[in-house]
Formats: sequence, structure tokens, C-alpha cells
Amino acid sequence: MKIKEIQDLLQAELLCGEEFLDGEVDSACCSDMMSDVLAYVKDQGVLITGLVNAQVIRTAAMMDIVCVVFVRSKIPTEEMRILAEECGIVVMRSARRAYEACGILYSNGLTGQ
Amino acid sequence: MHEPVKFHFDVDGENFSSAGEASVMVKKKLRQLGFSPDVMRRVSIAMYEGEINMVIHANGGTADVTVGDEYIEIVLADKGPGIPDIDLAMQEGYSTARDNIRALGFGAGMGLPNMKKYTDEMHIDTEIGVGTTITMRVNI
Repeated sequence: MKIKEIQDLLQAELLCGEEFLDGEVDSACCSDMMSDVLAYVKDQGVLITGLVNAQVIRTAAMMDIVCVVFVRSKIPTEEMRILAEECGIVVMRSARRAYEACGILYSNGLTGQ
Repeated sequence: MHEPVKFHFDVDGENFSSAGEASVMVKKKLRQLGFSPDVMRRVSIAMYEGEINMVIHANGGTADVTVGDEYIEIVLADKGPGIPDIDLAMQEGYSTARDNIRALGFGAGMGLPNMKKYTDEMHIDTEIGVGTTITMRVNI
């Protein structure tokens, strides 16, 4: 799935990384616990989270995650946006709740594997 | 035999928001040096977990990374409270982090086990009331 499709499916607002919207991802994960993302995630392209702090972006950078979706209309800080830009990570925000966002993406072909 | 490349960082224990800056920097340096994604990821995750631990438990410390011919070595040193029971601390899910740290997305008790998982060697040298030094190696 193209990252652009994720934005469309979740009616998400793009905050940075427009140049990477044509990038392909084939898996995603969802967690508010960055410890667990670091421990259990393997080759996941997208992180869906309701946690908002700079460690979300750093965790994504460490795990080679290319797109972070903030759910429940959470607004990342400017510092986070700049950090994401530096790391080449697409950041978007959606009004969907995490469960809904996962369900929408999963049913459209973006599985967890 | 090349001259080893070394990086030194001071990890600020006062500022959770900046925790991990050194690890992001190291990943960038390793990319510039042409390392594979697997090596970059393993080094940076292990170091990041260690950095977070130093900020959560030990009020910061220092991180030294040496890129040699055969392995990358990460040495994390702090003057924190020390680890009373290393076997317990190595158990997945065991954590002494406070609730405010969990609210920030950490403290699941996966830090030390994860550091061991992602590295080829890990040694913990700790003394109560004096501090902890963790040495990790990732073979290249």
C-alpha cells in the first residue's frame, strides 16, 4: 500500500514527509508503549499511536519505520515534526481512534505481517 | 587494520524529551560509514534502550561508541543507584520504572532484555550506590 492511500483511508492531515507519500509499505503496528515497539516490532513500515512525545519519532527512526500516524486527533509538537523531517519519516494525524484506524487499514490490505 | 572511529556523548538526565539524541546521531554516522541496515538497527536500538534507562533510572551518564574492524562497541556508564539484582532486571516485563515513565511510553521491562537480544555480547558491571556500566558489542 502506498503511504498516500493510508492518508486517504484515514482522512489524515499530513504534517511532514510529502515527498515520501509514494513510498510503499506492507505492514503496520499499533502501540502507545514504545518499549513494546522496540521489543516486538520487526520490519513494520507504519506506526499507529496515540502517544505524543519526541520518543515516538526516535523509536520510529530506530526501527526504520517510515510513517507515523497519530490517532485521536493528537497534535505532535513542532520539535517532533522537525525531528521527523530530519529522519525522513512521514507524519500524519487522524481523528480516528486507534482501533478504527487499524481496522480500516487492515481491511484494506495492510496487515500486521 | 583501521584506526577505530570513536564517538562520545553526554546523556542529559534532566530532560526525557532529548533522551535518544545520541542514538539517532550514531545511526546517522553508521549510515555514513556504509553499515548494513541490520547492524545499524541493532546498534541504535540497543544504545537507545540504554540511553532511556540512564535517563529514567540514573540521572544520565555517558555513552561511548567505538567502531572497530570486527565489532561496534557501545559503553554506557552512569553514576546511578546500581542494579540490585541483575537476573531479575534481565527478566522480560520486570520494571522498577514509575508510572509517570510508563505514561511516556517506556518502563515495560523490556529494555535490558532487548539490549541483550539485539547485541552479540553484553556485560553489566554494577555497584549499589556507585553506578552501572554496560558494555555491548555488535559483530560486523
